[in-house]
Amino acid sequence: MLYEKDTGDGVRESHTITVLVDNEAGVLARVVGLFSGRGYNIESLTVAEVNPAEHTSRITVVTSGPPHVIEQIEAQLARLIPVHKVTNWTSTKGGIEREMALIKVAGVGDKRMEALRMADAFRARAVDTTHNSFVFEITGAPAKIDSFVELMRPLGLVDVSRTGVAAMSRGPDAM
Amino acid sequence: MSETKTKTAETMAETMTGAQMVIRALKDQGVTHIFGYPGGAVLPIYDALFEAEGIEHILVRHEQGAAHAAEGYARSTGKPGVLLVTSGPGATNAVTGLTDALMDSIPIVMLSGQVPTHLIGTDAFQECDTVGITRPCTKNNWLVKDVNALSRTIHEAFEIATTGRPGPVVVDIPKDIQFQNGNYVGPKAVHHRTYKPKTEPDADAIARAVEMMAGARRPIFYTGGGIINAGPQASKLLRELVDLTGFPVTSTLMGLGAFPASRPEWLGMLGMHGTWEANHAMHDCDLMICLGARFDDRVTGRIAAFSPGSKKIHLDIDPSQINKVVQVDLGIVADAGKAIAAMIELWKTRKTPAPEIKDWWAQIQQWRGRKSLAYKGSDTLIKPQYAIDRLYALTKDRKTFITTEVGQHQMWAAQRYHFEEPNRWMTSGGLGTMGYGLPAAVGVQVAHPDALVIDIAGEASVQMTMQEMSCAMQYDLPIKIFILNNEYMGMVRQWQELLHGGRYSHSYSEALPDFVKMAEAFGCLGLRAQTPAELDGKILEMIDTKRPVLFDCRVDPVENLYPMIPSGAAHNEMIMGDLGETGVSDAGKMMV
Repeated sequence: MLYEKDTGDGVRESHTITVLVDNEAGVLARVVGLFSGRGYNIESLTVAEVNPAEHTSRITVVTSGPPHVIEQIEAQLARLIPVHKVTNWTSTKGGIEREMALIKVAGVGDKRMEALRMADAFRARAVDTTHNSFVFEITGAPAKIDSFVELMRPLGLVDVSRTGVAAMSRGPDAM
Repeated sequence: MSETKTKTAETMAETMTGAQMVIRALKDQGVTHIFGYPGGAVLPIYDALFEAEGIEHILVRHEQGAAHAAEGYARSTGKPGVLLVTSGPGATNAVTGLTDALMDSIPIVMLSGQVPTHLIGTDAFQECDTVGITRPCTKNNWLVKDVNALSRTIHEAFEIATTGRPGPVVVDIPKDIQFQNGNYVGPKAVHHRTYKPKTEPDADAIARAVEMMAGARRPIFYTGGGIINAGPQASKLLRELVDLTGFPVTSTLMGLGAFPASRPEWLGMLGMHGTWEANHAMHDCDLMICLGARFDDRVTGRIAAFSPGSKKIHLDIDPSQINKVVQVDLGIVADAGKAIAAMIELWKTRKTPAPEIKDWWAQIQQWRGRKSLAYKGSDTLIKPQYAIDRLYALTKDRKTFITTEVGQHQMWAAQRYHFEEPNRWMTSGGLGTMGYGLPAAVGVQVAHPDALVIDIAGEASVQMTMQEMSCAMQYDLPIKIFILNNEYMGMVRQWQELLHGGRYSHSYSEALPDFVKMAEAFGCLGLRAQTPAELDGKILEMIDTKRPVLFDCRVDPVENLYPMIPSGAAHNEMIMGDLGETGVSDAGKMMV
């Protein structure tokens, strides 16, 4: 077929990509619009200004797709005018990826005690406590948060708020 | 010392209003013509324009026309085209032209008025989110909220529009900013922090390309609009590279004219309506050298069957184009002219002998023998192919510029009007914008007042921007609108015949205007030809008329355009006019 895309035999990889941009009006819309306009997936998105003196912001996107689509995503991002640099932490292998989440669990009795024990094992911190609920704060790799959320589900999970991934290279150098 | 002095003068700030800055910035950018339409939110700029000398404003009749005129101006000169529109509908009307310019990499700069900053976001009269709407259809855009940033932004806009892979840009200027006083800075003051397009080719990549070319036995140059955008020098260099290598050349729709159609190495256009020889050579080649093209779906046909046995080299100034659609063996990111120059230099230094490709040429000669552009003539009806052939024969020795609308007539023009020089052919390739050709002709004629500018049109397309005839009259622009009138949206009708069982759903142009009377109503000359015998005389009358002409050329209403690679087929599965079978699979019918 004319528009048949080679999907790489169904291989979809998850990639974490960081984009350093000039913090100007509309820059986030430009990046997000690129993903929606070209049909790329966004699994998580994190953005904040990182250098007020230089007016630069750092956008970290977790996306997924076959390898040639990931390559296109990087190339298309690099093409945007306000973009300084694009780094793919998944293909460079040298990245640390962390995410923070707030997780609310409601319940009493054994379930409540079990939730607290699990939180301790995951080094999650209770940042709000009532007689029948906790809000836990947890940081870690996204997979760790996924596991924690799954463990909380039967214990009275009521709400999840995740920040999306922040990423950085190991060693002394900047991105 | 004088250099320092000049530099200081150019970067030294001067105080003036935002509106005056716009005019000054345009002048400093060397702009002599702008296409526009006034309205409430740009009145201060129009006021500054009233007193300005050295900039001629062309009043269009619709902002889409301004954008296409700016494109025609840009494509025919290599300089950026400029349009000035008001807020709200002024900006939204230009969106089609901006998208067209983005798809075809045409440098145009749109300046739009916006409601005053304190009204932004209040649903004010003629307010729209111009930067939001135009973000996906521009290379970059800006809303200027500080008068002191205005001149720098305009200069930056010109730089981004014209360098790297060219494209459209928008600078949206609120009305209060136009009134405010601020500091003007000249073009030299602009230094962009992030935008640094790569134009110099990588020496290793050039060396590998030259090696691959030297070893090729069935090579082909597949050239595109990138050669045209790289400037006339790039077209000259392409000729030199072909002189050295002896390789055959085909081109996309956008690249026509970069290589002379009269040369023996020219195979004609490739793709969906390309020649038999060009498409078969693409399919069977062992080395494809893509220079400034982007493997568009109209060119490749079914990707899985696209030139299966070849090594591929892809030269493009835009890194994102490499491996976008087709995986290539060697990508070269550079300006086309610079990369071709480097190839030539290395080819010469290494004293590379011309590769042994005699057998390949013998095969190509066989394909040529198929005469894929042949058609069945008629003594009574004007065949559209005949009309283009006669138009070509009677205009080729003049300084002629051709624009087109979109559809069958466009493809017949691409197949049969042969170009020797770049920048003579203006057509909407990527976006396929019906209504492009007439305003584009206006822009071309503004840039080349003494040239013969012809819009090869269809009767359906031309009605989309017909009102620009009035603009042509106002500015004494003697454009020629040559309508191949078959009373159908011909390409739609052809697809309905081939793919939809001959159910001609809404493709017949009922209640057509009398184009001759319409021409007269605009003050233009209207001509009509209905038989092959009268065609030459009427074309000559059109050429000799020193004012706009609307030529109603009545052609065979049901002529189909061939050759054709049906949707979902490969380059070697073309259908021809003389074969009954359409060869379109059910899967192919899903495609556009």
